[in-house]
Order: sequence, then structure tokens, then C-alpha cells
Amino acid sequence: MFRIALKQPLGENVSLFEVEAPRVARRHRAGQFVMVRPHASSERIPLTIADVDRDRGTITLVVQAVGKTTIEMTEGFAEGDEFANVAGPLGNPTHIGVPGKPEDFRGTVACVAGGIGAAPMLPIVRAFRDAGHDVVTILGARRRDLLVFEDRLGAASNELLVCTDDGSAGRKGFVTDVLKDAIEGRRARGGDVDLAVAIGPPLMMKFCSKTTEPYGVATLVSLNTIMVDGTGMCGGCRVMVDGTARYVCVDGPEFDGHRVDFDGMMRRQAMYKPEEAASLARYRERDHTCRLEAPAAAAETEA
Amino acid sequence: MSEERRENPTPDELTARIEGRKDLKPKDRGQLPRIFWAEQDPAERVGNIREVPFAYTPIQARAEAVRCLSCKNEPCVSGCPVGVDVPGFLKLVADGDFRGAIRLIKETNLLPAICGRVCPQESQCQENCMVAKVHKDLGFAVSVGKIEAFLADWEREEGGVELPAVGAPTGRRVAIIGGGPSGLTCAGDLRRLGHEAVVFEAFHKAGGVLVYGIPEFRLPKSIVQAEVDNLAKMGVEFEFDTVVGQTFTVDELFDDGFDAVYVATGAGLPYFLNVPGEDMNGVYSANEYLTRANLMGAFRFPEEDTPVLRRDNVAVLGGGNVAMDAARTALRLGAKNVYLVYRRSRQEMPARLEEVHHAEQEGVQFRMLSAPVEILAGGDGWVRALRVQRCELGEPDEKGRRRPVPIEGAYEEIPVEIVIEAIGNGPNPLIPKTTPGLTTSRHGTLVVDEATMMTTRKGVFAGGDIVAGASTVILAMGHGRKAAGAIDAYLKSETPASSPELG
Repeated sequence: MFRIALKQPLGENVSLFEVEAPRVARRHRAGQFVMVRPHASSERIPLTIADVDRDRGTITLVVQAVGKTTIEMTEGFAEGDEFANVAGPLGNPTHIGVPGKPEDFRGTVACVAGGIGAAPMLPIVRAFRDAGHDVVTILGARRRDLLVFEDRLGAASNELLVCTDDGSAGRKGFVTDVLKDAIEGRRARGGDVDLAVAIGPPLMMKFCSKTTEPYGVATLVSLNTIMVDGTGMCGGCRVMVDGTARYVCVDGPEFDGHRVDFDGMMRRQAMYKPEEAASLARYRERDHTCRLEAPAAAAETEA
Repeated sequence: MSEERRENPTPDELTARIEGRKDLKPKDRGQLPRIFWAEQDPAERVGNIREVPFAYTPIQARAEAVRCLSCKNEPCVSGCPVGVDVPGFLKLVADGDFRGAIRLIKETNLLPAICGRVCPQESQCQENCMVAKVHKDLGFAVSVGKIEAFLADWEREEGGVELPAVGAPTGRRVAIIGGGPSGLTCAGDLRRLGHEAVVFEAFHKAGGVLVYGIPEFRLPKSIVQAEVDNLAKMGVEFEFDTVVGQTFTVDELFDDGFDAVYVATGAGLPYFLNVPGEDMNGVYSANEYLTRANLMGAFRFPEEDTPVLRRDNVAVLGGGNVAMDAARTALRLGAKNVYLVYRRSRQEMPARLEEVHHAEQEGVQFRMLSAPVEILAGGDGWVRALRVQRCELGEPDEKGRRRPVPIEGAYEEIPVEIVIEAIGNGPNPLIPKTTPGLTTSRHGTLVVDEATMMTTRKGVFAGGDIVAGASTVILAMGHGRKAAGAIDAYLKSETPASSPELG
């Protein structure tokens, strides 16, 4: 069992967990993920590791409540509770370098994070910075209260640019606008963005890739697809990259954003939508029943 | 296996057979009627996931065992990958000594409840059975598998399980990577030899293909769990959620004080045909489909959270046991039409006869001599049909199976909403990729010394599908047993890692 050492709300529907998983913490490198099965009847879901504390043997996971499993994690698990299974670290670590350049090349890396993509981005930002690259992080969300990890990313990056769709924090606009300006601004000053790394919702990664493509800026995206085992056994995570099926779990999770078939990926992501909705409705109904019954049962006991 | 169900002898006849067995000459024994086991009715069983065949009753098992001729040259034993003393245990069963019989089996096979159910007996022990030869019909072979399963069930449910004796502690520690049939067998044997055995399993449950692949209706999971529990009682330690190669490496296991390592990570990498349309919604590898249904409990969705698609029309590609399992699982998930699409003809299908028979009884529609060429999807990206090319049989290939030759222009569309590919699996590359000093074949399997199962790296042994490619449960168990013996010899020849270096 994997004990939750710390749980913190991080804005609306988002929770941060520090989970005791010393082996995972020891081996983790930027870009890797874990498969989590919160309890014995849960699905196994992939979650990218946001941070580790090797001394305490914990890994940090940031979970957005979107489906039954993640809602259950954020609502039903408290500090001191345990997740049934946490396996990892899985997937390949981020290659800390610029594709097509020599290994000792040091340049500017734009790390573009959308929503809770900010969490898995943190170790990547640190790794590029530690390796001597100039890191400009672009953090975006729909509204101010949906921004996560702003402080941590600010501390880890050479420069942090924030934007929100409604202008409630930072610049009003999309991360793609900021990314475009960052590339053009640096080019105007004789510099460049040598690599972009985008993590966030599939649409955001798709449009980041579309933004960088005309500029010829290499772009890495970190994919989070449906998985069962996370070790190459099921093939459920396969995504078309340059016309070839690749496994996100063992070939990824990071791929060249200019080669990924995002539309196909998003279509496959929606494969279980009706089932997910049914599962969630059932959970809500039971949750509701529990809340109604608990006081009634307590009243009966008292009487 | 018989194509038609026949009347069994009456209880009186069975008793008479058993009582008069000593007076029967081999010729008479060979002519005794077969004893058929009962099975769940096909129409009823597709509505549940309970086991299909019912076990023999004790009297049935004894009467069937009387049919054994006790051949001197024991052709059945040579057909068994682990050399179970088949005539020996059948004789004990005929005598009613079930305890003696199960003890004898367990000398060579630690997991008879499993082997009795999943071994391809018709191409192993039963293929060589003289009774079948006399009748020139494999269906007449003594039902070795069914008797074996009966004995193991009897032991578990009535006789009480006798755990193999654990050897005096040697202080040596062996890491077993992978909790499937090969790893479990190796772990059990190492405990008998007194070594510590720690099984590292990537999933949350031990059993490997026995729990994620083979469905409940063919191998009840309570049986697998009982065997795993027995190993735990023998002192085998299990560590779950450990993906060796990722969570830690083989080198780190040695650093942590393990004296030897057994790699039994299986053939877990599903192959796809690489035909257009495979990334459409509704296309599964059999691995994924079965893992969802079995290990993750999607049969019980939404009580269990993991879903699996349920649709009316399903195509399963392939002709092996996994294809049969997937097809029969699809029926149990409510499919109205399940097509089993295979390039060759029925004769070439590698599946166990019993599985083919059961699939057919249950209504799986066989589309033989059909090669899938494309998966067609609607505008919404969901599968709507499978396009196949008709084939005819040509010359035999290197394995002696006649090759399918596509017939030009002969295409056909099968309307389906789900396509499940069961065309085989490759070896899992995680360990070879992360362990220096291991040599792999061009298929990605680990190269071992066949006598010892030692890899090209000292102290690292391997067996099961990571060595053999996609093979059988019993062969994997055989490797585990052979490796345990070789690891024992290796440990005895080596200075313990903890002792001071000499010189």
C-alpha cells in the first residue's frame, strides 16, 4: 500500500498528493509516470510525476478531478489514506537536449504548460535549467484560480510568462499567443527558441505544435493516453506518430509534436465516454445515497 | 475430446469396472467405453463466466483411469514437457488412492489444477496414448488432463493440500522477475531447496497470463489464487507493483544481496497486423481485451471501474487459444455475432481441440481461409467492418502447416463494431534493454544455455516465453523447474556473496 503523506487542494477540482513510494522516488527522472490504482476496484490510470523527495521517499502527483477515478481520488482519499497500487517510474525520461544539435549544445527551451500540465512540467523545467539551458516557461489556464504551480515554476525557470483566457491573471490570451511572441521576440533580438516542450490538454499540445511548426522549432509533447498496464502489454495507448503506431507507455510518453496524429489520439481518448459517464453517475448516486443515509442511520442509533 | 456427447455407463457399470479392473487384460481395457464429463449447456454458459466443464466425480475419475494400458514404454510420459508419471498416477487413481496420485504428480508438476485445465493434452500426453492409437482416434485417449484436474480439485476441496516440504535454509536469496507460471514454479522449487525466493510482479496480482489472459470460464481465478497462497505459505515472498527494468534493474538486485536472478517476464508485447485502420476506435489487442475483462474485472463493470466495449458484432483475428478465449469472452460480454477470422483452415489452427470445440458449441462463427486486409471505419472513427481476402491452401511452410495463398480479387466485408487481434505476442524488451550482458535472439528472446537456462550473464537465468517466444503454460513451468535445479547447482558452486573474498 502507498500512503498519502500529504494532500493539498490546488484550486478548483485539483489536488496535490505526496505519496510514499520510495522506490519510484529513487529512480524517477523527469518525464516519467506511474500507474495508479487507488483501490481494489479502480481502474489503473497513468499519472505523470510532478516532483519527488528522495529523502522522504515520496512522489508528488497532481490530480484533476475529471472522471470517476480522479474524482474519487480527490474527494475520497485523505492524508494518511493509502492508494492500493502505484507502479513505476514508467516510460522514458525526457531527453534533456535539443534534437538535431550536439549533446553539449545549450540554448533556449520554451516549456509550455496548460492547466495541470504545469505539474509534470516542473521536473522537466528543472532538468533543462540544471543542464544549463535558458528556460522560459509559459503557463496558461482558463482563469486565475486554475493556475497551478505558478510559484514553483517561477522559481525553477529563467523566465515565467503567465496567461489566462479571461485575463484574470497575466496576459489575456492563449499559451500559443505567448509562445509565438516568445519565438518572434527572441528572433528579433538575434536569439531563438531552440526547443519547445508542451504539456497540457491534447488540443493545447496540438496547437502549440502547429504554432512552432512554421518556425521550425522542434517540439516535444508529453502524451497521456488510456492505458491498462503501462508496460507495453496491452497496446491500448497506441498513437499514430508519422503514420506508425507507437506505444505511449514504452516508446513515449514524449513524442515529436509535429508528427503526432492528435485528432486520432483525441478520438481514441473518447472511446469509453459513455462508460465513463455511467460509472460517474453511479458513483454520484451512491455518494448521494450514502450522505442521505449516514445521518439517518446515526439518528436511528441515537434513538 | 469427442465431437458428440454420449451416454456414460451406469453407476453400477462404473463400480463393476473399478472392482473388476485387476482381471482386465490390456486388450479389454482399450475397449472400455470412455467416461464423459458433464459440461455447462452452451446456451446457458454464454450468459455466465463460470467454468465450462464440470469435474469428474470420484467414481468417474477412477473408471476413466482404468482405461490406461500402463504401456511399458510410457509414450504419454515422453509427450509431457515435464515428464509427469502418467501411467503411475492413473494406476493410483484407478485404485482409489487419490492422495498417492496427487503426490506423484506433484513430484514433477507443482500446479496440476492449472495444467489439467490449460495444457494442450491432445498434442502432448494424450497424443501418444496407445488407446487412441488402437482406435485411430485421438478422442479415445485416456482423459489425462481431466483426471489431473479432478485430483488437484479433490486435494484442494476435500483431501487438504499438502504443501511440499521446504528445505533447510541455505541463506541464499533468489529474485524471480515475473509472477507467471514459470516464475511461480521456479519460486516453489527454490523454496523446496531451501533458498529464499522473492517474486517481483509488475501487476497488482500474481499469476501472469493465468490471471490477465486465460478467462475465468477456462481457469477459475480462485484456483490460481489458491496456488499462489500455497506458495506464500511455503515462504515465497511477493512484491507487487515492481516493474524490473524501471522500478529497479537486475544489477541493483545483485547489489541488494540477491545471489541469482530468474527472468520470467513472458511474451507480453502484442503484435498487430499492420493493416490500415488499426488505430480506429473499437480495435483491441487480445491482451488488452482479455486483461480488461479478466484481471481488471470488466465483466462486472460498473461494479468494477474498468470498462470494456460491448457490441453486437465482433471479429477476432487468429486461430490460437488466445483467439478462442477472446471470442468466447466476447460472447459472454453480450455479442450476438462473433466471427473467428483465420487465414488458414481449421486443421492448421494451433488452438487446443477442446477450445475450438467449445467455441463452436457456443456459437462462434468460424471464417476460415480469410486474411484480414483492412479495418473499415465510419466517419466517426469507429469500426464498422473488417475487410478480408479469401485464401486457399498452398504448399506447406517450414513448420509443415499449409500456407494460405490469397485469391486475387476475392474480397469480402464482415460488418463488425469490434476487432480483436490475437495474432501473437513478442517477448517483453524491458529486461534485455536495461540489463547489460544479456544476449537476445533476432526475435528478441533471451539466449540461454538449454541445460541450465542460464543467460549469457552469470547468475542470471531465464525461462518461459521470454526464452521460448509465445509457448505454453506447461513449457514455461518446465523451464522454471529446470532453472530452479540449475540455480541450486550454481549457488552451491559459488562462494556466498556475503562471505569474505579469499586471497
